[in-house]
Amino acid sequence: MAGQTHSHTDQTVTRRVYSRDPDAFGVPTGREEEWRFTPLDRLGGLTRPIQPDGKIVVDVQAPAEVSVRTVGTDDPAIGGVHTPSNQVSALALAGIHEAMVVSVPAEVAASGPTFLTMRGEGGSQYGHLLVEVGAGAAAVVVVDHVGTATLASNVEYRIGAGAALTVVSIQDWEPTAVHVESQTALVGRDARFKHVLVTLGGALVRISPTVRFAGPGGDADLLGLYFTDTGQHQEHRVFIDHNAPRCRSRVTYKGALQGEDAHAVWIGDVLIRPEGVDTDTYELNRNLLLTEGARADSVPNLEITTGEVLGAGHASATGRFDDLQLFYLMSRGIPETEARQMVVRAFFAEVIDKIGVPELVERLTTAVDDELAKVGR
Amino acid sequence: MATLAIRDLHVSVDDVEILKGVDLTVASGQTHAIMGPNGSGKSTLAYSIAGHPKYTVTRGEVLLDGEDVLSMSVDERARAGLFLAMQYPVEVAGVSVSNFLRTAATAVRGEAPKLRTWMKEVKAAMADLEMDPAFAERNVNEGFSGGEKKRHEILQLALLKPKIAILDETDSGLDVDALRVVSQGVNAVRASTDVGTLLITHYTRILRYVTPDFVHVFAGGRIVEEGGPELAERLESEGYARYAALAGSGPAA
Ligand SMILES: Nc1ncnc2c1ncn2[C@@H]1O[C@H](COP(=O)(O)OP(=O)(O)OP(=O)(O)O)[C@@H](O)[C@H]1O
Ligand SMILES: [Mg+2]
Repeated sequence: MAGQTHSHTDQTVTRRVYSRDPDAFGVPTGREEEWRFTPLDRLGGLTRPIQPDGKIVVDVQAPAEVSVRTVGTDDPAIGGVHTPSNQVSALALAGIHEAMVVSVPAEVAASGPTFLTMRGEGGSQYGHLLVEVGAGAAAVVVVDHVGTATLASNVEYRIGAGAALTVVSIQDWEPTAVHVESQTALVGRDARFKHVLVTLGGALVRISPTVRFAGPGGDADLLGLYFTDTGQHQEHRVFIDHNAPRCRSRVTYKGALQGEDAHAVWIGDVLIRPEGVDTDTYELNRNLLLTEGARADSVPNLEITTGEVLGAGHASATGRFDDLQLFYLMSRGIPETEARQMVVRAFFAEVIDKIGVPELVERLTTAVDDELAKVGR
Repeated sequence: MATLAIRDLHVSVDDVEILKGVDLTVASGQTHAIMGPNGSGKSTLAYSIAGHPKYTVTRGEVLLDGEDVLSMSVDERARAGLFLAMQYPVEVAGVSVSNFLRTAATAVRGEAPKLRTWMKEVKAAMADLEMDPAFAERNVNEGFSGGEKKRHEILQLALLKPKIAILDETDSGLDVDALRVVSQGVNAVRASTDVGTLLITHYTRILRYVTPDFVHVFAGGRIVEEGGPELAERLESEGYARYAALAGSGPAA
């Protein structure tokens, strides 16, 4: 696999601007660090205010102890965790009329996962989701995006002290969808946050998950799996803000790319602030190029402003599919499709094995196999 | 009874002709040894028969029981009964040996072996080759020592039971004990399955365990002399100098 990329000197992390006011950012030109990888002409107009004309139908399956409701934007909880750091996110926050809230009361362990299926039925839309998990509670929330939409959205996770939240966000859109989303998690003292981002579909998907800590001892495990096909732009911009002592973060993103103009972007920003003493962080991104014509940009960026870290590292590698491996497997009688599946499944296993939501393992394994079959080789 | 017939085989790599007309017939139960200097094209022959994408056959044919091997895909060749123990086995990250072996056996046999008998079969085959059962849970060839990789190749030979096996320098890199164990493994397969064997080697020491019926001298991309086991002894003492002229302009020229 190819080498590592370092860019410690890049001050993009600390130069981040936060505001609810879209004008604080201005309309993106593509020259900004924030937007330089994104084809702005393919954002479906989301860089300017839109008149929402689309429809997203939400199907909810939740255990009784988990409440799922819709609130108005005057609800004080909305925007309490997430402050936009780009203009599309600010436009979305300003443009919503309501928000969806998933709440798990303190000290309650949800008896099963909560599934939110968001089915886009065309048109443009703004969206907002807040997931609140009270102190000492535990829950698994799966958010599934299907159908098609041009969607700008924000997601907030408020995780109470000692709580455990697993979120799986699946972008299984139809090929026409455009989805730009910012997410922010506030991880409470000694709380655990597992975040799994799966991007399979869509024409352009750009998700920016941010993690921040509300107290010491928090743990954030961010897993990503993407399969970028012909013509797709899939961008994942992770930011871990180590703003509290003794927190741990792991970022593991793996992507397979195939086909002409398949483009994946991974940005992994980690900032260890002066208060982030005894931070333990490691981020990794690996890309597997299955065919010619696909491109992966991978930019890890670690900024350390305290002398006392437990561990801080990153790795990024992009490699081609190994034809020798394929030959070896096939020389033992294994048909090509199956041999490819074995290699790609093995590549993703590190992520899929860690998701820890049994309901999803088979679906994701099958989804990867199906993606692989698409090229029809 | 199976026959692998190689006729007038010419093979190029990146437009450089490496094999310049190879004729060789291997039948069930026979063991043919191929010996020849480095770079003479022995592995090229082995890989070309297996269908490695790097090699282009420009002339000639390879037939297995009259079937055109060259028109088959790599996996079809294996399912037709060909097996190549590679000089440099490939690491496959994240794929366990047990998953790999079962998938291969399922493909070659046309149906998934029954789990219980399969486990026994693998265990026994590994024991025969004095392989630690822990290898089953490791990833294919990943971090294996040179000798361990070779044992793993012969383990596959034992489990896949091909009609014709090509062993490319399976003996290289083996210590004396490993050589004995691996040779016994090869002999056990020969005894139980009547496999036809094409054994590529630089040393007579493996031939003391695995006695060849025929020895072929390979030089400059073709077979330049053939004989019985005694030819191997002579090569070991005299080297290949006398074949330099016969080889003509070598592939590196
Ligand atoms: N891409 C290439 N271009 C030119 N020559 C090549 C290329 N690839 C391989 N060769 C040459 O083909 C020749 C045959 O190689 P091969 O591996 O078949 O030899 P061998 O007889 O197996 O040698 P050894 O005993 O060292 O294993 C070598 O001279 C090698 O350098
Ligand atoms: Mg060789």
